[in-house]
Amino acid sequence: MAWYIVRRVLQGIPVFFGSTFIIYSMVFAMPGNPILRMFGDRTPSEAQLAALEAKYHLDQDFFTRYFLYLGDILQGDLGTTYAGQSVNEILARTFPTTLRLAILAVLIQLIAGVIVGLISGLRKGGIFDSTALIVSLVLISIPVFVLAFVSQWFFGIELGWVRPTVGPGAPWEDLLLPAFVLAALNFAYVVRLTRGSVIETSQEDFVRMAYGKGLPKRRVIPVHILRNSMIPVTTSIAQDFGILIVGATVTEGVFNVPGVGNELFRAINRHDTPEIVSIVTILVIVYVFVNLLVDLLYGVLDPRIRYVKK
Amino acid sequence: MSRSNPVRVAPRYVAEVDEGGLGAVDAVRVSDRKSNLWLDAWRDLRSRWMFWVSAVVILFIVFVALFPGVFTQVPPNDECYLSNSDGPPQPGHPLGFTKQGCDVFSRIVHGAGTSLSVGIIVTVLVAVMGIVIGAFAGFFGGWLDSFLMRIGDIFFAIPYVLAAVVVMTMFLHERNILIISLAIGFFSWPGTARILRSEILRVKQYDYVMASEALGLSKFRTMFTHVLPNSITPLIIMSTVGLAAAITAEATLSFLGVGLPNNIFMSWGNDIAAAQGSLRTNPLTLIYPSIALSVTVLAFIMLGETVREALDPKARATR
Repeated sequence: MAWYIVRRVLQGIPVFFGSTFIIYSMVFAMPGNPILRMFGDRTPSEAQLAALEAKYHLDQDFFTRYFLYLGDILQGDLGTTYAGQSVNEILARTFPTTLRLAILAVLIQLIAGVIVGLISGLRKGGIFDSTALIVSLVLISIPVFVLAFVSQWFFGIELGWVRPTVGPGAPWEDLLLPAFVLAALNFAYVVRLTRGSVIETSQEDFVRMAYGKGLPKRRVIPVHILRNSMIPVTTSIAQDFGILIVGATVTEGVFNVPGVGNELFRAINRHDTPEIVSIVTILVIVYVFVNLLVDLLYGVLDPRIRYVKK
Repeated sequence: MSRSNPVRVAPRYVAEVDEGGLGAVDAVRVSDRKSNLWLDAWRDLRSRWMFWVSAVVILFIVFVALFPGVFTQVPPNDECYLSNSDGPPQPGHPLGFTKQGCDVFSRIVHGAGTSLSVGIIVTVLVAVMGIVIGAFAGFFGGWLDSFLMRIGDIFFAIPYVLAAVVVMTMFLHERNILIISLAIGFFSWPGTARILRSEILRVKQYDYVMASEALGLSKFRTMFTHVLPNSITPLIIMSTVGLAAAITAEATLSFLGVGLPNNIFMSWGNDIAAAQGSLRTNPLTLIYPSIALSVTVLAFIMLGETVREALDPKARATR
């Protein structure tokens, strides 16, 4: 297990450097002098320009700047927006809300997805199964902003069950509708993965054995079938994390949830490049770490994965 | 052997069923229909209602994209009068007007071309990059494989919509269909490359590949004539679903405000974004382009799903 952890962490290092480097080089390729942009219509003096270029390391070459930037990030300084706000402060303010929304969404998609997938898999070919498959196809097809608007209009305005936008402080009950929208994105994938996994596990010898020795269904299904079917579902949560990040940006924007996604949504609307790049970089780093964590968890859940096939 | 040669060519021998012994094992029922993967898949596809529904919808959307003039005479952008803002349907304007007073129906009809173009360009780009990178990594192996796959890991670690957001912010003043397609495609190839690589690793072990090399064919020739054609199936499935994902990505970027400029290109994502201000007063201007977008994406996903089931014998068995 120790070797598995070491190997997996070592694999993560080039990904971390590579992905931050790609984003950084894209910004570097951007035309125009960012210092001049800070001054807007005014023309700065030579001395001002030189001082600011030195301050932001613009007089250094590309690689030096990348490593200075990376050093700043690793020390916890994420830069400032055009408006001069610290990205750290913005993230500190918004991150807890996004975390609550994401946890709620992942819980909903997992619980609902696993239950539906389990029933589908146990009774494959039945009416429930066929309906679930078609509903999941339709859900995959609806873009997240369409789903967000339609549910906002239907549940928030037509029926009036919930507030159409999230109120101050983002109470849990206001987060419920955005969380359902966010959960709908990956719900379909969880259903299909669970279903396939359950069908496969149900044909295993140990399941036949469990039935053979007289265990009741209420023990075989949760303990023998479901537990062994959960392994691929666990990793899928990490892989779908990318969808969750993009989904959160759109959902938080539509429902005005005061989270990181909403901040990114607004930054995109304002074309605030430094803020967009800082937030995207942070999200990519979070994504890399979540994938690392889930891979390690995968190794704990399924011992077979720890051994390398040569 | 010339035609005048009197040597008689023996007729193909077909064993009688009751012959017994090894002779019967060698017997080939030549009267049977020919069969291969694609014929089998086509027979399987023909019997599915989902295939026909999605095929008809896709053909219809392609027709709309190619000939928008057949459906509407109203220009989508040039005849927008604010006096019509959020107006109800009128004769010649079956779905009413947007907040800017443009014809909703005409914008939806003209938006089909945008969505399809982006979808097709991204799919071709991703397929080419995926084939080249995946094939080289899988077929040549070694350090090239490790190197290419690590690069793939890096690109895989960046959610492609987020990457496209950054790219599009850079190109804010020169946004067009090609740039948005490149921005989406350039970050979505690793999945295709990975799958093609693992498929090539599988196919590479077959005897016919060794036979081809034993016959003296070069590595490249073997790869292009024997390995690649036999590894292409998963790529077709991925491309169909990928086309749907690219359409969604374009709409999402346009919705976020870094997609195609609203006044030049007709994009369903733009129209949905523009309609959000009238959500309370005129929700239908938002619903119509949403339906067009969702139905298009659904058609491609359904097609990918049926083709996957038809081509994948394992999926057929567990059904």
